[in-house]
Amino acid sequence: MSVAAPGTRFADAFAARETDALPGLIPYFTAGFPALESTVPLLIAAQETGCLAAEVGIPFSDPLADGPTIQRSGTRALRNGMTLHIAVRQIRAAREAGVTIPLAPMTYVNPILAYGPAAFMADLRAAGADGLIVPDLPDDEAGDVRDVAHAHGLAFIPLVAPTTTGSRLAHIAAHASGFVYCVAVTGVTGARAALAAEALQLLDRVRACTPLPRALGFGLRTHEHLEQLRGHCEAAAVGSALIDAIERDEQDAAGAAARFLRSMLHG
Amino acid sequence: MSTAAARGRFGSYGGAYVPETLVPALEELEQSMDAALSDAAFLAELATWLHDYAGRPTPMHHARRLSAVNGGAQIWLKREDLLHTGAHKLNNALGQVLLAVRMGKQRIIAETGAGQHGLATATACACLGLRCIVYMGREDMRRQALNVYKMELLGAEVVPVDSGSATLKDATNEAIRDWVTNVRDTHYVIGSAVGPHPYPTLVRRLQRVIGDETRAETRRRFGRLPSCVVACVGGGSNAIGMFTAFVEDEDVELVGVEAAGRGLDSGEHAAPLSRGRPGVLHGSRSYLMQDGDGQVEVTHSISAGLDYPGVGPEHSMLRDSGRARYESATDTDALAAFHRLTRLEGIIPALESAHALHVAARLAEQRSADDLVVVCLSGRGDKDIDTVRESPLG
Ligand SMILES: Cc1ncc(COP(=O)(O)O)c(C=O)c1O
Repeated sequence: MSVAAPGTRFADAFAARETDALPGLIPYFTAGFPALESTVPLLIAAQETGCLAAEVGIPFSDPLADGPTIQRSGTRALRNGMTLHIAVRQIRAAREAGVTIPLAPMTYVNPILAYGPAAFMADLRAAGADGLIVPDLPDDEAGDVRDVAHAHGLAFIPLVAPTTTGSRLAHIAAHASGFVYCVAVTGVTGARAALAAEALQLLDRVRACTPLPRALGFGLRTHEHLEQLRGHCEAAAVGSALIDAIERDEQDAAGAAARFLRSMLHG
Repeated sequence: MSTAAARGRFGSYGGAYVPETLVPALEELEQSMDAALSDAAFLAELATWLHDYAGRPTPMHHARRLSAVNGGAQIWLKREDLLHTGAHKLNNALGQVLLAVRMGKQRIIAETGAGQHGLATATACACLGLRCIVYMGREDMRRQALNVYKMELLGAEVVPVDSGSATLKDATNEAIRDWVTNVRDTHYVIGSAVGPHPYPTLVRRLQRVIGDETRAETRRRFGRLPSCVVACVGGGSNAIGMFTAFVEDEDVELVGVEAAGRGLDSGEHAAPLSRGRPGVLHGSRSYLMQDGDGQVEVTHSISAGLDYPGVGPEHSMLRDSGRARYESATDTDALAAFHRLTRLEGIIPALESAHALHVAARLAEQRSADDLVVVCLSGRGDKDIDTVRESPLG
């Protein structure tokens, strides 16, 4: 079988970055929010504003790792009729509409099991996705799903947290592909005022284990946060603050997202 | 699969599907649990609290009039309703809070549905001097207002949860999110034999006293074992507590009773073992009520303590192996059993326990008069008086 190595689109995007630049921005969108058909225009906005990649959050009824903002958007998206099957179609539609940045769906393990991991990965790959993030599938449980993802040429992007011990970190880094998602806080998703000191420590600990790119996420919301991260990581993810901005101007979701992402990138 | 994951498996069920932030805390909990449960001093301390404070051992009562009216086997009740705070939940809460003290945790969180687990945890925290926060769905706070007030009297903070269906499932999500955020100084006292490893094992260990006492008592009185033990299944802690002592006794039938709500075919029930498919919720793989897309379904039961879409992973294994059998009782069945026990035995049961009573009576009918059927009367019904009064059968 000749599938591309996992996450080549990610590798290319990270390789194209200049080393001393601001971290690349990776926005998180809840697919199907604010309207079922919002996903493609939002992904286009991410690309046009110069984001490095995008996470496509596919909602789950019981999102344990998410704070109130992303929960709320997920509940709305589910009411709009969002499913994994529709998300796969929207990723394909985004590719057809000219979106070339790397795309990483993010969802919880139960919807993936219901779809069937092999079918889901095959469909994601065919649609043009590049990787997968599953916040309730830690290293100890990830084995089968990760193998299926890799077999289909998808990166399996692990999360590491400030509480992750040294020996776990080495283990997780050894299995990682695409990039390592570093959780900036001991907590769930949600915008926060200041960057925690434990975030920078975690980034250094990850660098000591692996040459893979690092993305920091959870709690980021301002251009100043990105400035503070210059030289500390290769990418930064933003979710709740972006969803908040979209919520404030739902009639023009893509415009609101673009304005917010530009302000994060350029101050 | 790593050994950590293998240890937390019940066949293909169980595991620890949690955000990475929690994995080290679960490993710490497992180590502390193993150390405490093999430490004679800790076990002696727990035994003293259970005896002097909680009121163990609980009695077994021969439900003579109920057995006579029902016909068939003799029905005996394991009286967990007589435990301090009125339900089996205190066995688990006391054990876990003692463990938290040993681990140096100062802040305790819990989720609750009927309020019995929240009440038990608030009580254990009051007598051991720890701060206690209880997450409870707003709908359940309405249904169980008395228990909310009791928890507050005991000094606990009760936090309403509005997300999802505003019941036990959502309160559990919120408790887990709190734990993800405050994991360094907080212990999460989960209320049933559910959740990520090591919780199902820990809760089983703390609840198995129910079955251990039942087994010893029936041996002492009758020189034999019951032919059947029956318990209701919400998350499954009183049931696994009753079953564990008898699992090796192949002649003892183990029967769990789920909530059939408005009927198994109505779609409005809480019977994952009867009508669900395996899936992952709250950190473990087990039977789950979910739609075709893997979204967890909203459940219904008249009893808040059974109104939960998942079930402890060990029950899923026992179901598949056939070692235990799982039946169900509707809201109406439970209400009828509630009234029957109250009038015939002078015992007002929790609506959860009334589900078990309904099925036990049917099983007893099919057996001979010298057979013994033991029902775990998991709790008393004070908390349910308003629900019963407002019901059509009230
Ligand atoms: C009296 C009583 N019985 C049973 C249950 C169900 O829990 P479990 O299945 O864990 O025993 C509850 C839960 O709140 C309860 O209060």
